Amino acid sequence: MTTTDIETDPPRKRVAAWRLLLSNPVTVASVLILLLIVVVALVGGWLAPYGINETNVANALQPPNGRHWLGTDDLGRDILSRILVATQVSLRVAVVSVAIALAAGLLVGVVAGYLRGRIDTVLMRVVDVMFAFPVLLLAMAIVAVLGPGLTTTMLAIGVVYTPIFARVARAATLSVAVEPFVQVSRTMGTGNGYILGRHVLPNIAGTMIVQTSLSLAFALLAEAALSFLGLGVQPPQPSWGRMLFDAQGFLGQAWWMSVFPGAAIFVTVLAFNLAGDGLRDVLDPKQRTMLEARRNR
Amino acid sequence: MTTPALSVRDLAVRIGRTRIVDDVSFDVHPGQTLGLVGESGSGKSMTVLAATGLLDAPGAVVTGSSRLALGDVELVGAGERTMRRVHGKTVGFVFQDPSTSLNPLLTLERQITESLQTHRGLTRRTARARAAELLDAVGIPDPDSRLDGYPHQLSGGQRQRVMIAIALACDPQVLIADEPTTALDVTTQSQIIDLVRALQHDMGTAVVWISHDLGVIGQVADDVTVLQKGRAVEQASIMEVYDTPRHSYTRQLLEARPLLGATAPPPAVTDPDVLLTVSNLDVRFTVGSPGGRRTIHAVDDVSFRIDRGSTLGLVGESGSGKSTVAAALTGLVVPHAGQADIAGTDIFTVKRRDVKALRRRIGMVFQDPFSSLNSRNTVGTAIAEPLRVHRRADGSSARRFEVGRLLELVGLPSAFATRYPHELSGGQRQRVSIARALAVEPELLILDESTASLDVSVQAKILGLLQRLQRELNLTYLFIAHDLAVVQQMSHDVLVMQNGRAVEYRPAPELFADPADEYTRRLLDAVPPQRPRAGDVA
Repeated sequence: MTTTDIETDPPRKRVAAWRLLLSNPVTVASVLILLLIVVVALVGGWLAPYGINETNVANALQPPNGRHWLGTDDLGRDILSRILVATQVSLRVAVVSVAIALAAGLLVGVVAGYLRGRIDTVLMRVVDVMFAFPVLLLAMAIVAVLGPGLTTTMLAIGVVYTPIFARVARAATLSVAVEPFVQVSRTMGTGNGYILGRHVLPNIAGTMIVQTSLSLAFALLAEAALSFLGLGVQPPQPSWGRMLFDAQGFLGQAWWMSVFPGAAIFVTVLAFNLAGDGLRDVLDPKQRTMLEARRNR
Repeated sequence: MTTPALSVRDLAVRIGRTRIVDDVSFDVHPGQTLGLVGESGSGKSMTVLAATGLLDAPGAVVTGSSRLALGDVELVGAGERTMRRVHGKTVGFVFQDPSTSLNPLLTLERQITESLQTHRGLTRRTARARAAELLDAVGIPDPDSRLDGYPHQLSGGQRQRVMIAIALACDPQVLIADEPTTALDVTTQSQIIDLVRALQHDMGTAVVWISHDLGVIGQVADDVTVLQKGRAVEQASIMEVYDTPRHSYTRQLLEARPLLGATAPPPAVTDPDVLLTVSNLDVRFTVGSPGGRRTIHAVDDVSFRIDRGSTLGLVGESGSGKSTVAAALTGLVVPHAGQADIAGTDIFTVKRRDVKALRRRIGMVFQDPFSSLNSRNTVGTAIAEPLRVHRRADGSSARRFEVGRLLELVGLPSAFATRYPHELSGGQRQRVSIARALAVEPELLILDESTASLDVSVQAKILGLLQRLQRELNLTYLFIAHDLAVVQQMSHDVLVMQNGRAVEYRPAPELFADPADEYTRRLLDAVPPQRPRAGDVA
């Protein structure tokens, strides 16, 4: 018989992606933390025990205590309140700017890597030029043209991170585009849209997810640097990065000024990374089979 | 009998509760070759890796014993220092893929002298002299200047020769050869087999040769161990295995060997018309090289035609241009000159809006069953792609039905539609590729080495499937292969290519009865014969 190499194990039960995602406790924890951060971003103003600009110099540089759980800064402002209120700004800057960079970089990188030839050369030279500028200088130039403010900050950081995404997306696309399954599709007369959507994008998704979760951390810090130069979020509006920068001068005397905003950034970035890893595993069928097997055992 | 150079007793490998290797015992004697034969997944490589202490699988537990005669070393459970002393010195290794076994950044001298300097403590100069000797011994011309060269300057066969030189550098007692010729052309394969036999004769090395092909094992081995699912189902001398195979699995492997002499069944269509006419096809590539841009003449003035319902076998070694012919016909490369006509439509001058309709008429199945399916998509999605593209079986339920029908056509259960490629075996994946190619009912199916990377036993089944499909669906095949025995079994006409040119183009029975070209004869000689080589001497 021609079918003797067919093993007859029972048909596999496919499990919905979100169920698999939720069967991983680490992913669940990180998603819950992210949800919590989003809630804080939305209602942080009400949660804050003090006003963010309630200065009280007599109360300055207090270590964490019963009245100020996370201490106070050099102007006597409550650190907890400032962190809570800053959540919204920091989160928005990070997510929006990385989304801009991801969208633009993915487009440029996939087009260049898939079409190659002259388009690739032109696009990649532009990307190289953007790379050659020092990151802050480029961002400052953009802010200088558009004027400081939250929107400009997000746009500037987005533009600055676009070349990285473009490079990563192009490299990944190049290697997928020469795979035999893409060649097969070409010989079948499949259009470029289907090839990109069904074959290229799913296969570069893992790489892009990792790049995205890494970039979120850098975006938080880039915002801080811009704000420090007076080009980003305008004082007295607080942001995590801004608070971290302000705390620099007091590292020796008031550790709480830098540790707590730093912890906020750390927890957020970690949650993004772990959630990204979980997502990547579920999207990869090979990992998925293992997850399913573990679940069904 | 001499004391065995390597003696393995009750070797077992467990991962979790699964026994991958199940109480395997064998001896290898100096100057003798033990053939380990079995399909992929039978535990051949696992057995040898466990026996030589190279097994590096998480959670694997190795029990039993494996003793080297020299120094009476026990390898199962040996410490890292013992292993380092043994590997490369007493035991040498040659692996399957010569393109990744060498480090592309180091000169050949560095790679060959590495073990000489660690194990023998030779000076750089004496090591170099020894390396040149070794290259000469493995048949690399002009060895002294080659030593300063890099792996990319060598062909696949030459790289495998270098690997053998490295493995033999310290005069090992035991040489482990894990499918060393599987990635090579048949002519190169027979050269490597001759080389290892000659070196073994001179040096008295004990060889363990792993292969899925009992035909190759017949060429090299004195004794054979047949493995099935981790168990040794038959252990005997090669002559006994060929003449009186006791286990049904051994008989199955023997029958699966591609042998010269099996001819193709008559064409599916009586009184056929011509489906494809290719005339004066010419393909050139421009490549950048250190000496400036260079033009490679990949296909040089090749003409042929295929009748509807018949098979043209296209034969040649790697680099002969046979795959480029397929790429030109499927629009993957643009030819420099020539015409190709499929039942009235010119393939190379077709109008842009007719391209899609043309692609539907020519299906293609590639060599590698692993990379020709997208690992992110289920089998069902893969087979449905051409249906979507060409708007056949519109609507998801019609499509699902059609996918199920196609799966059953190629001998797979329709429930496989929800599986991912990595959950299938190589043969099953190749069946999926065939189903995908058949989805839009092409008139011509191009099979580019479609069975070359399968086990011989699986290859035999896929060849049977292709013959059945040709009969049932009146298909026309362009069958590209390097193995003449397989080509003879499938083809009605044969075109032999060498360096981009057609050297011989004749009906199959004529060509195999009386090959006119010297190159064709060389390809024919390289096919493993029906009888094992040990039979020649006896």
